[in-house]
Amino acid sequence: MILPALFFYLFAGVCIAAAVMVIASRNPVHSVLFLILTFFNAAALFVLLGAEFLALIVLVVYVGAVAVLFLFVVMMLDVDFAALRSGFLNYLPVGLLVAGIFLAELLLVGGGWIISPHAAKTITAPIPGDITNTEAIGRVLYTRYIHYFQYSGLILLVAMVGAIVLTMRHRVNVKRQDIGTQNARSKRNTMELRKVASGQGLEELPPREAAE
Amino acid sequence: MTFAEFWTAYLWPLIVMVAQSLLLLVVLLIAIAYILLADRKIWAAVQIRRGPNVVGPWGLFQSFADLLKFVFKEPIIPAGANKGVFLLAPLVTCVLALAAWAVIPVNLNWVIADINVGILFVLAISSLSIYGIIMAGWSSNSKYPFLSALRSAAQMVSYEVSIGFVVITVLMCAGSLNLTAIVQAQDTSLGLFGWYWLPLFPMFVIFYVSALAETNRPPFDLVEAESELVAGFMVEYGSTPYMLFMLGEYVAIATMCAMATILFMGGWLSPIPFAPFTWVPGVVWFSLKALFFFFLIAMAKAIVPRYRYDQLMRLGWKVFLPLSLAMVVIVAAVLHFTGLAPA
Repeated sequence: MILPALFFYLFAGVCIAAAVMVIASRNPVHSVLFLILTFFNAAALFVLLGAEFLALIVLVVYVGAVAVLFLFVVMMLDVDFAALRSGFLNYLPVGLLVAGIFLAELLLVGGGWIISPHAAKTITAPIPGDITNTEAIGRVLYTRYIHYFQYSGLILLVAMVGAIVLTMRHRVNVKRQDIGTQNARSKRNTMELRKVASGQGLEELPPREAAE
Repeated sequence: MTFAEFWTAYLWPLIVMVAQSLLLLVVLLIAIAYILLADRKIWAAVQIRRGPNVVGPWGLFQSFADLLKFVFKEPIIPAGANKGVFLLAPLVTCVLALAAWAVIPVNLNWVIADINVGILFVLAISSLSIYGIIMAGWSSNSKYPFLSALRSAAQMVSYEVSIGFVVITVLMCAGSLNLTAIVQAQDTSLGLFGWYWLPLFPMFVIFYVSALAETNRPPFDLVEAESELVAGFMVEYGSTPYMLFMLGEYVAIATMCAMATILFMGGWLSPIPFAPFTWVPGVVWFSLKALFFFFLIAMAKAIVPRYRYDQLMRLGWKVFLPLSLAMVVIVAAVLHFTGLAPA
C-alpha cells in the first residue's frame, strides 16, 4: 500500500512544482516545457487512479498535439515577456479569485458525497468491475452520452471551419501547383525530338497548342 | 510488514523487472547496431558499392567502431545555445524511443509490461518523440535547426493522424487494445493469409508510408534534408549527444517495424500453421518479420527521391487522411453487417 502512495506524492509533487515553474520561469519556451511536464505527471496520476485509457489519451492529445502547437507559437513569438509581467501584481487579485472559484468547485466535485451522502447515488454510470475502462468508456460514450459526444464534435467542427475561414485568403498572382495537371503530363506533350540537318539549323517551330 | 513480505511483494518483482529491462535493452541495442549496418549495406548494394567493409569481417564491427568514435569525441555546446534544453533534447529522443519497447511482445508473454492499452502507449510515446526534435531545433539557436524543428513538428503531427486511423481499423478487427491480444486475434488456421495485411492491405500500405514519415526516413527526411538544411536539427550536435539522436532514430524505426509485425504480420505466429514451422521459437519469426519490414524501409531510402515539403503535406492531409477515414467507416460497416466483429 505504501508504494502507490509514494508514487502519488512523487507525481503530484512534480506536477505542482512544474505548474509553479510554468508561471515562474523567465523564458516562455521553458514555461511551455514545464507545462508539458505538468501534463505528463497528470497522466501518471490518471494511471494511478486506474484510468489508463484517459491517461494515454491525455498524452496523445494534449502532450502530443496541443502542446506541440503551443510550443510552436511560443517559439515563433517575439514578445517581451518581461514587459508583460510588469503588470503582474495588478492582475493578482483577479487570478486569485479565479483560482479560489476553481478550488471551491473542485472541492464540491471531489468531496460532494461527504457533505451530502445522497450525491453519491447520482453518479449515473459507475464503472463495472469486470471490464477494462476503455470498454467502460466506450459503452456509455456512444449510448447514454451520444448527444453530448456529437455536440462536442460539432463545436470542434465549427471551430475548425472558423479557423480556416479566418486564415484562408486567395491571393492573386500566386503560382499554384495543380497536382492533377502535373501528373497528367506525359512525354508526348512535353518533349519533342527533331533531326537537325548539319549547317542549316532549326526551321521555325510550328505553333504548339498552349501548354497544360 | 516483515522483510519476507516486503521481499515477495516489492523487492523481488522489482529485481525481475530491472533484469528483464536490462536484457531487452542489451539485445535491442545490439540489434540496432546491426540494423544500422544493414541499412548502410543495403543502401550501398543498391548503388553498387561495398558499404562499410573494413572494421571486422565484412565490416560487422563498424557500428561499434562508430560508437567508440562518438563517445570519445569532445561534446561541443554552442555559446548561444540554451544549455539545459540543448542537452536534454537528445536524451528525450533516445529515452522515449527506448520506452516504447516496454510494451512490445516479441513472443507469447515475452513482454515487460503487458498493459491493457499497449497500442495507445506506443502511439503516445511516438507522439512525444517530436519534443526531442523541437527542443533541439529551438535550443541550438541557429537557423537551420529551427527550420528543421518547424518542419518536423508539422510532419509528425500530420502523419500521426493517419497512423492513428490505421491502428483503429486493426483494433476494430482484433477487438482489443492489448498488443498480445491483437496478435492472438490473427492466429487462424489460414496462417500467413489470416493475418491482417491481407484484408487490410490498403491500411498496411498507408502504415508503411506513414511509418517512413513518422520516423523521418527518406523519402520524407525533410527534417534533415542535407541539400537544404545541412543536417536539420542535428547541425549543432556532435559526439555523444549526436549519437543519442542517431540511436533514438534507429530505435524508433525498429519500433515501427515491430508495430507493423504485430498489427499486420501476426507478430510471433508462424506463417505456415503446422508442425515443423510451429516448432521454431516465436521470437525468430518475430525478428524475421520485423527485418523484412526494415528491408522495405531501407529500400525506400535507396530508391525513392526525396519529396518536396508541400507534396508531403498534401499526401498526409489530402490523400491518407480521407482514405484512412473512409477505411475506418468501411471496415466498421463490414464487421458490423457480416457479424465478423469480435465480441
